Amino acid sequence: MTTFLGTPGVGNLRGDEPFPAAARTALADSQLRRNIGHATHTIRAKRLNAIRECDDWEQLRAAGSALKQDVMARLPELLEQLEDNVTQRGGVVHWARDGDEANRIVADLIRATGSDEVVKVKSMATQEIGLNEYLEAQGIAAFETDLAELIVQLGHDKPSHILVPAIHRNRAEIREIFTREMPDAGELTDDPRVLAMAARAHLRRKFLTAKVAVSGANFGIAETGTLAVVESEGNGRMCLTLPQTLITVMGIEKVVPTFADLEVFMQLLPRSSTAERMNPYTSMWTGVHPGDGPQEFHLVLLDNGRTRVLADEVGRAALHCIRCSACLNVCPVYERTGGHAYGSVYPGPIGAILSPQLTGTTGHDDPNATLPFASSLCGACFEACPVRIDIPTILVHLRAQQVDQERGTLRGVLFSGQDLAMKAAGWAMSGAGRFSLAEKALAAGRLIAGRDHRISALPWPASKWTASRDIPEPPAETFRQWWNRTHERDRR
Amino acid sequence: MTGPTPRARAAVLGQVRAALASAPPRAVQVPRDYHHEPLTGAGDVERFAETVSEYRARVHRIDADAIAPTVLSLVGPQATVVVPADLPNEWIAGLTTVPDEPALGVEQLDRADAVLTGCALGIAATGTIVLDAGRGQGRRALTLVPDHHICVVRVDQIVDTVPQAFAELTPTRPLTFISGPSATSDIELQRVEGVHGPRTLDVLIVATLPTGRSRMFLAKH
Repeated sequence: MTTFLGTPGVGNLRGDEPFPAAARTALADSQLRRNIGHATHTIRAKRLNAIRECDDWEQLRAAGSALKQDVMARLPELLEQLEDNVTQRGGVVHWARDGDEANRIVADLIRATGSDEVVKVKSMATQEIGLNEYLEAQGIAAFETDLAELIVQLGHDKPSHILVPAIHRNRAEIREIFTREMPDAGELTDDPRVLAMAARAHLRRKFLTAKVAVSGANFGIAETGTLAVVESEGNGRMCLTLPQTLITVMGIEKVVPTFADLEVFMQLLPRSSTAERMNPYTSMWTGVHPGDGPQEFHLVLLDNGRTRVLADEVGRAALHCIRCSACLNVCPVYERTGGHAYGSVYPGPIGAILSPQLTGTTGHDDPNATLPFASSLCGACFEACPVRIDIPTILVHLRAQQVDQERGTLRGVLFSGQDLAMKAAGWAMSGAGRFSLAEKALAAGRLIAGRDHRISALPWPASKWTASRDIPEPPAETFRQWWNRTHERDRR
Repeated sequence: MTGPTPRARAAVLGQVRAALASAPPRAVQVPRDYHHEPLTGAGDVERFAETVSEYRARVHRIDADAIAPTVLSLVGPQATVVVPADLPNEWIAGLTTVPDEPALGVEQLDRADAVLTGCALGIAATGTIVLDAGRGQGRRALTLVPDHHICVVRVDQIVDTVPQAFAELTPTRPLTFISGPSATSDIELQRVEGVHGPRTLDVLIVATLPTGRSRMFLAKH
């Protein structure tokens, strides 16, 4: 069974090995690569169709981006306003500095109801803080109700995608998990509809009898104290409507100024995430509605590193993320490694800039310090991002921070292969004779290329490069040799 | 039980202020040049019918006096239909209904064959119906637990765009946006209809009532 090792205090934001090592394991799993490749390619084409329908898509993205910048600039007043309005409408607001504190608050609130189980709506914030594991240790059973979360929970697995945590599983694997873990489900096929029906039957009783639900929130509206949850299956509505007590854990960056601002986000989010004009269900509630839904409502506002991200003028844009996962679906790195290689509950391009900033990094060997390098900087993520987070720029910014940290240290001097390589290249390229000599030496590379005309293993220090990439075989003739040969007559 | 934590509150807000003070952000003006014109004239009923049906909800275009017979044809004569207590009488003539007054238990809702409600508005661009617990809609559980939801949308309740919908809604009411029947994309990112919410959604698009009440009046009550 794989579980997050986690980090004390902050939860599931850091893996236990650096990205290159984790990626190597993932790349060797051809089933995983097939599953993720298939799913990401399906959604890419659909997303393009969904946004092509909006001739004001770029204007919506610009508005979404500006709205989030405004939120960050006015975060203290907006949070206080949200707290005020939730409280006035019968809710109770709690604040948590880190994951541990949030977990304790939620567990205490559940215990106070006398219940020892909760139903859960899919929520990145509670994944992030490892709430399920904490509750289990406290003797409280947490039932995930989102289909993909259920697949992950029943498979004793960990999530690998923000929107579809079980994206690394195909239908046959899901059928196997359900057959093993749901003895009452009877004979199952691997038809997605049959599997969805099995989940419905499995959770129906739970929904109708649950006393306490735990959710996240997509948006919290400062102006009114309204919370919003965007979902598809109706499991969210079940959790937000039927239990007596509702506990919502929300990252502080999820606040938006006004109700009208949702006119932007409710266009950007569904089309970017599931590539639909609108997701099947969105629920909005404000405190307690007498006679309708939970009569006890708690909102837990979570920091857990967000203020650390906010302090970085460039990096803070990572907090604009609305968790649509479009950047994962278009990323050539994510497509090949899947989400587990990133170690954190936030994988893919957004994870590569969010996780290291949320946790801070302790040095070269910190797995999160390797994440900003897990990118080819192709820019597909920026182009797909509905709130225009310039992920490549933040990746480069974080890389620079990492290199600066190491400059002047023993490691920086001895092991910075990059520095050495650049200096050597600079020397070789600055003289015609030296360059010509280097070209001749390169041609020797043909001797070690394989039958596929690629070089896949070189001795140290070049092994650092070939460990994860092939080098194409050098051409038999350099440009200058070709020129001399074909233009010999002109020279005479 | 833990009460709200004043120390944590002060600490988090203090950290937020310190973070902003260390690198003060520039003030931003939010550009609003996306489509957010108010609706002029009638909403696009054709487009609404099309976008709703593309979610594999069933769409029926009918006259106001055909609501009850249409519902009967959809659920059959033996069916019990849950209704909000304030549903117009002419919508339920000839049906076996169970009004939600006093409030029905979840088991009763689970046993019902269908639920019939009105709505606050419909959005043509996205095929969305919004419920706000207003007249003829009842509390949220009514449209959630029964496996078949029949929703009446009058043509004068249809707006064209998402911004037009937000302009008409009242945020402090419990709001449910419904776009097609319950669905999931969790298996290989392929959409499958029918999970925990009602697996069948019938949308009755009804020609405008002769009384000519304005949409604003009905949405805001």
